[in-house]
Amino acid sequence: MATHPETGPGMPSTPIVTPGYTYASVTDKISVIVLSGTTPLSWFAGFLIAFGLLQALLLGIGWTVVFGLGTWGINIPVGWGFAIVNFVWWIGIGHAGTLISAILLLLRQQWRTSINRFAEAMTLFAVSCAGLFPLLHMGRPWFGYWMFPYPSTMAIWPQTRSPLVWDVFAVSTYATVSLLFWYVGLIPDLATLRDRAKARALKIGYGMLALGWRGSAQHWHRYETAYLLLAGLATPLVLSVHTVVSFDFATSLVPGWHTTIFPPYFVAGAIYSGFAMVLTLTIPIRWLYRLDDFITMRHLRNMANVMLATGLMVAYGYLMEIFFAWYSGNPFEMFMMLNRMTGPYGPFYWALICCNILVPQLLWSERVKANVPLLFLIALVVNVGMWLERFVIVITSLHRDFLPSAWGMYYPTWVDWAIFVGSIGLFLTMLFLFIRVLPMISIFEMRTILPSPKPRPAAAPGAGPAGD
Amino acid sequence: MSTAPVYGLLAEFDAPEELVAAGERAYADGYRRLDAYTPFPVHGLAEAIGFRTNRLPLLVLIAGIVGAGAGFFSQYYAAVIDYPLNVGGRPLNSWPAFIPITFEVTILAAAATAVLGMLALNGLPQPYHPVFNAPRFALATRDRFFLCIEATDPRFDSEATRKFLEGLGAKEVTDVEP
Repeated sequence: MATHPETGPGMPSTPIVTPGYTYASVTDKISVIVLSGTTPLSWFAGFLIAFGLLQALLLGIGWTVVFGLGTWGINIPVGWGFAIVNFVWWIGIGHAGTLISAILLLLRQQWRTSINRFAEAMTLFAVSCAGLFPLLHMGRPWFGYWMFPYPSTMAIWPQTRSPLVWDVFAVSTYATVSLLFWYVGLIPDLATLRDRAKARALKIGYGMLALGWRGSAQHWHRYETAYLLLAGLATPLVLSVHTVVSFDFATSLVPGWHTTIFPPYFVAGAIYSGFAMVLTLTIPIRWLYRLDDFITMRHLRNMANVMLATGLMVAYGYLMEIFFAWYSGNPFEMFMMLNRMTGPYGPFYWALICCNILVPQLLWSERVKANVPLLFLIALVVNVGMWLERFVIVITSLHRDFLPSAWGMYYPTWVDWAIFVGSIGLFLTMLFLFIRVLPMISIFEMRTILPSPKPRPAAAPGAGPAGD
Repeated sequence: MSTAPVYGLLAEFDAPEELVAAGERAYADGYRRLDAYTPFPVHGLAEAIGFRTNRLPLLVLIAGIVGAGAGFFSQYYAAVIDYPLNVGGRPLNSWPAFIPITFEVTILAAAATAVLGMLALNGLPQPYHPVFNAPRFALATRDRFFLCIEATDPRFDSEATRKFLEGLGAKEVTDVEP
């Protein structure tokens, strides 16, 4: 704890990449993970577990489609159960990927380079998981396209004054833009894989995906413009997505939901949970694939700091919720807060305070941030805490609203659990496939942060290649 | 003049700074049909070989404006013209409620144009390009930096241009088959 600020592990003075790497060695080290003919045993073990969990999703969705929503725990008054909890949780997780790839790019944070590809992939998979839940919650998911405006024989349009319809647009735009951003970032690396692959099938496969990329200076020029524009567009987009998600709640009149603090508080929570998920995934992968040279202690420390900062914003949100429940003078709001803390779901509230506010305070200590297993554990706790937060927001506000005669309880069924656990399986399955077939670190961006082999003596500062 | 037709001459360099310097000198020497190939974006390289116009930002701006218009007016059409619903006498054109979707469609149109526009202006996807015929060109996606002066350049002369490129400090100069 008393380490000097300049010398501790992961301090800003340490380089982003362990020195000694060249353009060639960085390329080979990352591309060999994909191109090597042998797959590590740990990959198979992890993939099998993930794929096993995915089967729960198949069962859960199958059951829901065949027997209907009655198999879920939702009822009246609690019409929004696990589906909305999980939807908000997953979409929040996705936000860290966009933050890393877009906002940190605009802020010229070069350390983002070694984690942005991975985080963007995480975003994409998290958004796919998130999208499942509202779709299934509709009861007849095969009519999902009714949510989009198209001239139909029903001669009716979606009600675009409703936040639920805003959500359709926000989430589908977010998924599309995340996919585009991710793919554009991949094109030069796919070209590298095409040129490094030995097998003909791989050459053809990666070659088609690389679209004939040849690294022309004119192409790079437009490429960088496009990349920067995408970052500039994705930044307000990511803030808008969770804002719109929070509008689903905030525009209603339900006690505990009808509050103006929701948009910023949801966005902070999204980034908080997203960074927790990035840490949860990076730490084991960095260890398994021995990527400590690229994902250094400095990265872990920076991510821990972002987590601590956003965690404090979320804590402020919790505090303001309590304050305004009291300050509003509204008996329903006051009762909601009291019921949230001491009612039947009270233990969940205190567990969430413990996970999201108390435990992360350990991150003030430099010794904790330098302790990788402990950091992993804290990140896991925050993941759980953020899920509990959404559970508390959704369930406690609904189950006892205005009239005691309309009160009820919510208990998830095995189908709810199967779909939730299965969505984690879907997420991990896609992640495992991703790290096997695509470079999990952006190779070309790593090259830009390496020193040139022959720097021109008269070069002015900043004349060399830069990663931004 | 050599007997067999070539696409151009490809010079290989070790470092980005060498390539930028070579590109500047080739442009100053009067070569106009040339391109440079690098494993990562090198700042100042495109400008060094005389590439200055970039229409992409304008395209993205136009797409954003069109997206905003389409996003807003499709909602206006649905709520005011095609299916007006009287909700407690509130105005049909409740524009503040149309803003979130207008915003999302703006971003979607602009982002899609940024990507598709970049690919289209770059002429991608392009399955075949002569420069891939050069045996060492695969290293352009790893750690080597290439400058190609194309045979269509009026100043191109296989002997003189080869000497010129070698004079720039190129490690190796090779013919590129068309």
